[in-house]
Order: sequence, then structure tokens, then C-alpha cells
Amino acid sequence: MNGTIQAPTIEYALLAPMLVVFGAAIVGVLVEAFAPRYLRSAIHVPLTLLSLAGAFALTIWQAAAKGIPTKAAAMGAVAVDGPALFIWGTILVLAFVSVLLIKGEDHFVAAASAVPGSAEEEQALHEGAAHSEIYPLVLFAVGGMLLFPAANDLLVAFVALEVMSLPLYLLCGLARRRRLLSQEAAVKYFLLGAFSSAFFLYGTALLYGYAGSIDLAKISTAVGSVGGQDTLLYIGAAMLGVGLLFKIGAAPFQAWKPDVYQGAPTPITALMASGTLVAAFGALVRVFWVGLGGLDWDWRPVLYGVAILTMVVGAVLAITQTDIKRMLAYSSIAHGGFLLVGVIATGKAAAQNASALSGILFYLVAYGFTTVGAFAVVTMVRDAGGEAWHLSRWAGLGKRSPLLAGIFAFFLLAFAGIPLTSGFFGKYAVFQAAVSGGALPLVIVGVVASAVAAFFYVRVIVLMFFSDPAADGPSIVLPSRGTAAVVGLAVLATVVLGVYPQPVLDLAHSAAQSLFVR
Amino acid sequence: MTTHYLVLSALLFAIGGVGVLVRRNAIVVFMCVELMLNACNLAFVTFARQNGNLDGQVIAFFVMIVAAAEVVIGLAIIVTIFRTRRSASVDDASLLKY
Repeated sequence: MNGTIQAPTIEYALLAPMLVVFGAAIVGVLVEAFAPRYLRSAIHVPLTLLSLAGAFALTIWQAAAKGIPTKAAAMGAVAVDGPALFIWGTILVLAFVSVLLIKGEDHFVAAASAVPGSAEEEQALHEGAAHSEIYPLVLFAVGGMLLFPAANDLLVAFVALEVMSLPLYLLCGLARRRRLLSQEAAVKYFLLGAFSSAFFLYGTALLYGYAGSIDLAKISTAVGSVGGQDTLLYIGAAMLGVGLLFKIGAAPFQAWKPDVYQGAPTPITALMASGTLVAAFGALVRVFWVGLGGLDWDWRPVLYGVAILTMVVGAVLAITQTDIKRMLAYSSIAHGGFLLVGVIATGKAAAQNASALSGILFYLVAYGFTTVGAFAVVTMVRDAGGEAWHLSRWAGLGKRSPLLAGIFAFFLLAFAGIPLTSGFFGKYAVFQAAVSGGALPLVIVGVVASAVAAFFYVRVIVLMFFSDPAADGPSIVLPSRGTAAVVGLAVLATVVLGVYPQPVLDLAHSAAQSLFVR
Repeated sequence: MTTHYLVLSALLFAIGGVGVLVRRNAIVVFMCVELMLNACNLAFVTFARQNGNLDGQVIAFFVMIVAAAEVVIGLAIIVTIFRTRRSASVDDASLLKY
């Protein structure tokens, strides 16, 4: 302590994509406060879409023109490196698409505070009230998603985790129809999410006690050098793992996922299933590889077990589902398991790490687009009481609307990983990395789980095309331009990544080549 | 000497964790989560003393702010569900299952 304070340096240019998203979110809050009600949506939608597109352009510009930085930004707190830039690009595109879906139809409640069926709600509906706060909330969540995988110390990771999750808890409870389910989903997600982030924080505290710092790089050096405090290290790492595995919905922390995915408004489910999963995997990989890399002999067997359990639980329980959104949620759990195979597929060699990481990155892109597309289709199949979730209502959809059923069948085949879809190359990239990393038994479990999963995907396809439609079956709403664009884009991405994946694979590989900065 | 504080923090964390698992009222469950966050703060401050740097104390401030934000969101959600169901029990909210 020599009395002088060094002024911190912040690389604003590097952080620009995040700052644009957060800035637009704050402007959105001001719009909410000052603009008249009839103008709000007209301001929010372009503002949200433009800020996401602008942040994406800045990310591309950073990666293409200015090169990938070799040093962490903001005094080592935020690491904008190759994988982070790739993940940012992915999250921003997926968020853009989800916002198109959000504005597409009237998915959201007119007045969340009004009791369903009350006079208050009648009046709100009559006045045409709408929660235009949804857009700033989405932007805050997306900002948190950007920060989470780039966080280079555990405090930033914790704050980003909360900034990402808190708006999502609220958004879950805002469905227009089936309000009780939606509110129940919000309560469950909130209580379990807060519980798991408390574990994350206690883990951070213990690692801070162990290493004397919350910086991932310093924790990593401490793992090799500090002796005699292994209890702190092991318990801390385990608790950190609980917090992170909860966010990706890995078994045994998967219980929230089907409930929340079912109850939340479908566009928000699409955002969670794509953006949150991508962000949480980015953070998980960074914490385990950068911060706890020296401990990999200890965490690898645990993640090995978790990956097997997650794949099996996701694939087997999905078979028993009768609700389309719950089925997609269990499928998302199984995909989380497949991605964990990639996390384990690391060795000491940098080339092995890079190939595993690029496999994970490609898988996240492929899965993200397909899942947004699938949930977009779910928003279009409607009953009198809202979306038709029960699988029996989907019977014979192929005769009623061959195009929509065909598109949905295509997405399901991509989830199953049939060749010529993006899902095939995603799985191939991850499993190949795992085989060369020596995790062959895990890959065998993964392939068996994929086969089990393919069974229930094909079951839905058979149901749609080879059974008779019910007389009072659901109607297919004519999609708004936004929803149609989402479905079109998702089909395009799934086809292109399945037929000609090389450009994106190359991009993922060059992003992964530099690995994480420390 | 600081060990006592760490033991206290671990106890508070455990009490909070058990509370989340066994209590039925959503508000009480939420209070238990807050207790866990406060246990974390105590651990941070104690470790700051032990390590001889100020990081832990700064982190405690961040945690307090995050906890405050969490209270705002949490109470909003719990109050909404209470208004529709006339109950804040987590056992009653059981429409979503299997």
C-alpha cells in the first residue's frame, strides 16, 4: 500500500457489444417511463432489434477486423477471446430471432398483476394494455447472457448469472393463456434458481478463501501451488459446479427444466432453450478449463457420471411425455448431456482441447437454431384455449397442414441427429473429439441415448403423419411475418449446417484455436 | 480465530439450505435463500481478513445489491401467485408435473 491508486483501464471497444445491449435496455426502461402507452411498442421493437443487430455487427467487426485479443479486458475481469466472441455472435443471433418470435403473436398477459378472470383483467384487455416492459427485460437477460460466458472472475460470473436469470424469472410468469401454469413456472424457476445461485456463491467464497483471489487465472495457479487447504478447494469447486450444472439443466439438477419450459410463454422458452443454454455452457467450460484446469483429474470423473446420467434421464423420460413442450424440455436436457461429453473430451494437448471446444461451439449453434424453430412451430398450433400442447392434439397434423408438420418433422430429425441435418454434424463433432480424447465409453452411452431419443422423435412424426386427425383438431394459425421469418431462418440454418457445415465448422475451429485467454 | 466465523457461516448456510428443502411457504423458502446469501457474505468477509486483502469485503457489497434485486423480483412473483391462488404454499403449486 503506497497510497497511490492506479486508475483502472477499461477497453470500451472490446466490451462494446455488451454495452450496446445494456444501453438499449436502459433506454427501454426510460421509454417505459416517459413515452405514451400507444407509442411504446413502436419504439421498443425497432430499438431492441437494432441494438441486437448492432451488437452483432460490432462482434463481427471485432473478430474480423481487429483480431482476437490475447489479454483479458477490464483489468482481467472480462475475457473477450475467440470462444467468447463466437458465443456472443451465436447468442445475439438467437436473441434476435427470439425477439421476432416475441413480437409475433400476442403471447403475453395484458396486466400481470390482475387476477385471471377478474374485472381488472377485463378492463386491461379492453384498453389494449400490454406489457411492453418485455423488451427491456429481454435485453437485460441477453446482456447477462453475453457477460456470463466472458466472465473471467467469479464475482463477474455471479453478477452476470443473476442479470441473466432475474429478468427470465419474471418473463416466465407473463404468459397470456394458462396463467396458473405460467405463474407456477415462474415461482419454481425463481426459488430453485436462487437456491442454486446461493451454492454458486458459497463455492466462490470457498475458492476465494483457498486462492486469495476470485480471478480464474489466479485460482488456476493456486491449484498447483497452495497446499494444505484442499478441503476448501474441493468443496468450493463442487458447489460452483452445482450452480453451473443447474443452469444447463444437467441431471440431477434437471427437475426445473420441464416445468419451466412448459409453463413459460413459448417465445421465452425459445430464448431460454437457446440463449441461456449457450451462455451457461460457455461459462461452464471457462470455469472448469481455465479456473479449475489443474484439478481436472478430480472433476473429470464427476462430470463423466453427470453426463451419463443427464443423457439417460433426458432420453428416457422424454419417451413418457405427453406434452410437446415438456418433451422438448427433456430433449434439451439430453442435448445438455451430449454437450457435457464435449466438456469431458479434453486432454493435456492444446489441439485436443481446441477440437473439443470447436465441437461444443458448433453443437451450440446447430442446436440453438433448431430449438428456436421447433418452439416457433409450437406457437402456431392452436386450440381454443391457446397453444395445443398435448401430443394427442398433434395427431394427423400432417394431413391438415403438411408444410408445418413437415417442417416440425425436419426439426425433430435434426434433434435426433439424422445425417443431412445440422444435428448430425454437431453430434459428430462432439463425439469425435470425445473418442480422440479417450472417452469412448461415454460416446457409446451417448450413441445409445441418441438412439433412444430418436425413438420418441420418430414417434411424434408417426403421430403427425400416420394417424387420423381428430374431428375438432387444433387449428394452424397463419403466422405473423416475424414468426414465419423465424421458422424460415431456422429451417435454413438447419439445412445449411447439415449439408454444408464447413464454413461454420471452420469458424468454430478458428475461434477455438486460441483457446481461452487467462 | 477466524475459524469460528467460518463455522458460523457454514452453519447459517446449512440452516438456510435445510430451510429451503423443508419449509412450505414460498416467502419462508425465499428468506432461507437470503440467509444462505448472508452466510456467503460472512464467509467472504472472514476470508478477506484471513487473506489480508479487501476483495472479499468488496464482493460482499456486490452480493448485497444482487440480493436486493432478487428480493424485488422474488416478492413480485410470489405476490402475483398469491393473488391468483390465495396461497403462497409451494405444495399447492403443483399443476406442472411429470
